[in-house]
Amino acid sequence: MSARRSKTKHKVSSGAQASRLLSFDPPAETAVLHRFRPCFKKPGSLFFIAVLVALDQIFVSAKQWLLTLFSGAPDWITQIASGLISISGMLGVFLGLFALMSVMERKILARIQNRYGPNRVGPFGLLQPVADGIKLLIKEDIVPLRADKVVHFLAPIMVAAPTILALAVIPYGRNMTLFTIDGGILFFFAVGSATELAVFMAGWGSNNKFSMLGAMRAIAQMVSYELPLLVTVLPVVMVVGSLTPDAIVAAQSGYLLGLVPHWFAFTPWGAAAFLLFFVSGLVESNRTPFDVPEGESEIVAGHMTEYSGFKYATFFLAEYFGMFAVSGLAVTLFLGGWHAPIAALQFVPSYAWFFGKLCLLLFVFVWLRGTLPRMRVDHVMNFAWKFMLPMSFVCLFAAAIWHYQARGLAAWLWSLGIVVAAYLGLSQVLQTGKRFAPRTYRFAE
Amino acid sequence: MSPAAFLIIAIITLAGALAAATLPKLIHAALCLVVAFLGIAAIYFLLGAEFVGLVQVFVYVGAVAVLIVFTILLTRREEEEAVGFSWGGVGISFAVFAGLMWAIVRTALPSTEGGVEVLTVKRIGEVLMADYVWPLQCVGLLLTAALIGALVLVMEEKR
Repeated sequence: MSARRSKTKHKVSSGAQASRLLSFDPPAETAVLHRFRPCFKKPGSLFFIAVLVALDQIFVSAKQWLLTLFSGAPDWITQIASGLISISGMLGVFLGLFALMSVMERKILARIQNRYGPNRVGPFGLLQPVADGIKLLIKEDIVPLRADKVVHFLAPIMVAAPTILALAVIPYGRNMTLFTIDGGILFFFAVGSATELAVFMAGWGSNNKFSMLGAMRAIAQMVSYELPLLVTVLPVVMVVGSLTPDAIVAAQSGYLLGLVPHWFAFTPWGAAAFLLFFVSGLVESNRTPFDVPEGESEIVAGHMTEYSGFKYATFFLAEYFGMFAVSGLAVTLFLGGWHAPIAALQFVPSYAWFFGKLCLLLFVFVWLRGTLPRMRVDHVMNFAWKFMLPMSFVCLFAAAIWHYQARGLAAWLWSLGIVVAAYLGLSQVLQTGKRFAPRTYRFAE
Repeated sequence: MSPAAFLIIAIITLAGALAAATLPKLIHAALCLVVAFLGIAAIYFLLGAEFVGLVQVFVYVGAVAVLIVFTILLTRREEEEAVGFSWGGVGISFAVFAGLMWAIVRTALPSTEGGVEVLTVKRIGEVLMADYVWPLQCVGLLLTAALIGALVLVMEEKR
């Protein structure tokens, strides 16, 4: 141990030398350097290590450099500047991702449905979001005569604001959490719970029966699925013993034989909780197959019926930002956050891993949209209360067993047994009374 | 705690509460009540009680406000006419205010001479699981009973 520590220390000091070469001051976690040891064993690789660390921390150091411009200013100006830099960085990245996602979603859906998709604006249709944005900006903003003007106006803002706030607590990379707070996970859900009210405001403020119906459906479904969403987070919080996203990511570091990472998605309870969390997240962001609140074949567009132009775009943006937030939290909780999938790939900058995993989950969102039909309202509710909620409690139980069996192989098998037994038992119970007879046709044939 | 921040938050909170008490449309009143809830949460944050502030937002904005809104929606059928000033409501709210003030004034608060220690979520969890485990279990039992009761009510309706 002492030998290892001295080696680490040596590495750190040499890393510090190297970074002085680049006139770069690596912040906080300098011990990070020794992680690159497996990749570069030669002493001449000092320069590469420094470059890699600089790449890893490039955004952090960019922010610090920007803050040096305010070095003479009073404390509160520095604080506000620091906040504004972080916020504009985050908004820039996610607005870019939103634009990319909107065109990629249409491309992937087109591919699934065997057609081309947008391919006229720019190379491969990649400038489509710009055209869409201009179109939405110059459209007329229509407010219904009998609408509640103030509530109708505030609803899009109230829908979008919580999703942006929720994005702030997710660790995007090493030292890259924008808003560090003791109860970060709780912050995420506290902020997220405000969306329900905003959707209600949209539905009620529009003074339209379709809007109101859509809002009621949305709230009913969001309230129902918030329970499994929260309960599936609990095992992770319980095992880690902290509500801070950074601590949860740190708890998933390390590898088994350098190949299998210690992500919670690789434990039986974690895998089950991840699936349940993902499905609940799908519902919370009102995406297919759970898009009954805006089912266009039934109630026009639900709570968004009476919105046009940029207000409609804001709802669209909120839906996508909600997807980013839920996927980001799923990556943080179950997929190891910004950690690399195998030990040998740790030299790749941490944020690249985070956004890679995020894009993978977003692809699954689109994939599901392209392949699954919409569920019926009562089925959605039944599924939440009869299957999702009991299963998430089972996950909690299995995680407790895993923890008290010392987290070894036996614990792994025990929790697997519990999850599988509960799943089979639950599916047996829920199947009662449903007999599938051969379909009979009264009018056909 | 900065006095300017407190002043701004207090004004917003009180304005929200006042609007909730005086606005003629019930839904508007309910939405203004949310502003008051958020203001109270902000004051908790200002006092350094982050956990309490977050739970305030989570429970009151996420659950209680939605419950109030749903109650209004499901119980009112036609356009309600503006209700006049209710002296009974004023009396009740003053009684509640007086009762709370009496309790606060009579409670011996610990001294804050040497500065208050930062309250972490971990510390709250430890206290809840060690010192207050029985009250916690009782509340859990009560909530479970309420949940089952709600389910039973719904089942009766279906039959």
